[in-house]
Amino acid sequence: MEEQIKDIGIDEKQDYIINMGPQHPSTHGVLRLVVSLKGEIVKNVEPHIGYIHRGIEKMCESITYPQIIHLTDRMDYLSAHINNEAVCLNVEKALEIDIPDRVKVIRTIMSELTRIQSHQLFWATFGMDLGGLTCFFYGLRDREKIMDIFEETCGGRMIVSYNCPGGLMYDIHPNFQKRVKEFIKYFRKTLPEYDQLLTGNVIFRQRTAGIGRLSLEDAISFGVTGPCGRASGFSCDVRKHDPYSAYDRVKFNEVLFDEGDTFHRYLVRMEEMRESMNIIDQLIDNIPEGPYAVKMKPVIKLPEGEYYQKVETARGELGVYIISDGNKNPYRVKFRSPNFVNLSALNMMTKGFKIADLVAISGSLDLIVPDIDR
Amino acid sequence: MDKAELVELIRSFDSKTEIKEGKQFTEINVPAVNLHQLAKQLNENKDTCFDFLFCLSGVDYGSDLGLVYHIRSTKYNHTVVLKTRTPERETPIFDSVCDIWKTAEFHEREIYDLFGIKFKGHPDLRRLFLGSTWGYPLRKDYVDDINIVTK
Repeated sequence: MEEQIKDIGIDEKQDYIINMGPQHPSTHGVLRLVVSLKGEIVKNVEPHIGYIHRGIEKMCESITYPQIIHLTDRMDYLSAHINNEAVCLNVEKALEIDIPDRVKVIRTIMSELTRIQSHQLFWATFGMDLGGLTCFFYGLRDREKIMDIFEETCGGRMIVSYNCPGGLMYDIHPNFQKRVKEFIKYFRKTLPEYDQLLTGNVIFRQRTAGIGRLSLEDAISFGVTGPCGRASGFSCDVRKHDPYSAYDRVKFNEVLFDEGDTFHRYLVRMEEMRESMNIIDQLIDNIPEGPYAVKMKPVIKLPEGEYYQKVETARGELGVYIISDGNKNPYRVKFRSPNFVNLSALNMMTKGFKIADLVAISGSLDLIVPDIDR
Repeated sequence: MDKAELVELIRSFDSKTEIKEGKQFTEINVPAVNLHQLAKQLNENKDTCFDFLFCLSGVDYGSDLGLVYHIRSTKYNHTVVLKTRTPERETPIFDSVCDIWKTAEFHEREIYDLFGIKFKGHPDLRRLFLGSTWGYPLRKDYVDDINIVTK
């Protein structure tokens, strides 16, 4: 142990070691960071995780495929719908089922609404982390409107469980299209307010621009995907490179920046909200008629083999790797969760910056701790 | 470069590697001793350029313990799966690929935590989620009388 400490350049006598978390408002959950400081400069950040490790991968080995979907809600709870979709797509791919167009379009709209509400909450809490409490109220006010749309159609607000292998649990609510259109109209007017409030703020810019730079090479080597990867110029949008559901029939831009600092990680998410609204605009009036689910066998058994499906959640690339031995339970399930991988780059990004910047940098990674621990 | 050429090129690295076409990706089975060398070649060769390790999973095959590497080239956009396994269950050791893909550091710690597979050359191999008194829960022979309900 002593040798390891020498290797990473920590002087146990000189350096000041503090615990940030597990109960710290800016870690957004039970994440503990052991920070070694020299004065105010961060020398090393060591994440300690596992406070809410529930063993989801082990649990999956003893339950059936439709049951797994309800566990995936509990990983990245802000991208719950997209997590469900990943498992469903994987099961459907393994069984070679053709999904009705109606399902594909509804799934895409719901995924994009999920992405918007997740980025809204990011904006709200990121502002709050950096001392702008107003953002928190504005962000949650607008997010509530999407939650209400979810509640009407899915029954749940955050934990939706709306997908099931073969389609959707139930059809959309008759008000769905009307309310989504109302929301888009409203949010197009409100989003510039977000920019006025935070993006142009001088104090905010000084605290984020140039802080926590992540180069393209490091982003790829660390496997940082999602908005954090795209801020560094890593073209990693699964919706663009490996389209699933209805993403192959809509036009949208992949938001890319080269700078890779905290401010641009923030900016990617702001732009993505606009792109998501464009995607919804193209689909909301063209939901095809048809069944909302395919009739499935009561017990789903995947043929023997290995299946990998990736989707783009609000935080990056979620991969679901299923090894099946032909039974109703999977032999092994692995979730490649984006937050777990993004967290691994935190130490490299914070080195040499001040401790106040650590809050900004970890905030810009938008970590969801249940997804890290699984 | 199409798939056949890629397979040909990978085969030229080491004539003994066993390559087969899976349902989704090309699968490369490699003995544990050659793993690090092949991974380094796949990463550094300018025609393969597999620079993005996007998923690293441990698997308990019953008699063997194995590792599955999903790697992608961001330049050419092709994906292959590297597989390796060892019959050793008491002290399974593989070479770490931390020096090739930095993301492997966390993934390998997770696998060490849940499978008990050790990695030679890992800079900081400690348990990640669980305490030191736990067994290795993702192994199939793991017993927990209290928390695992068998039907």
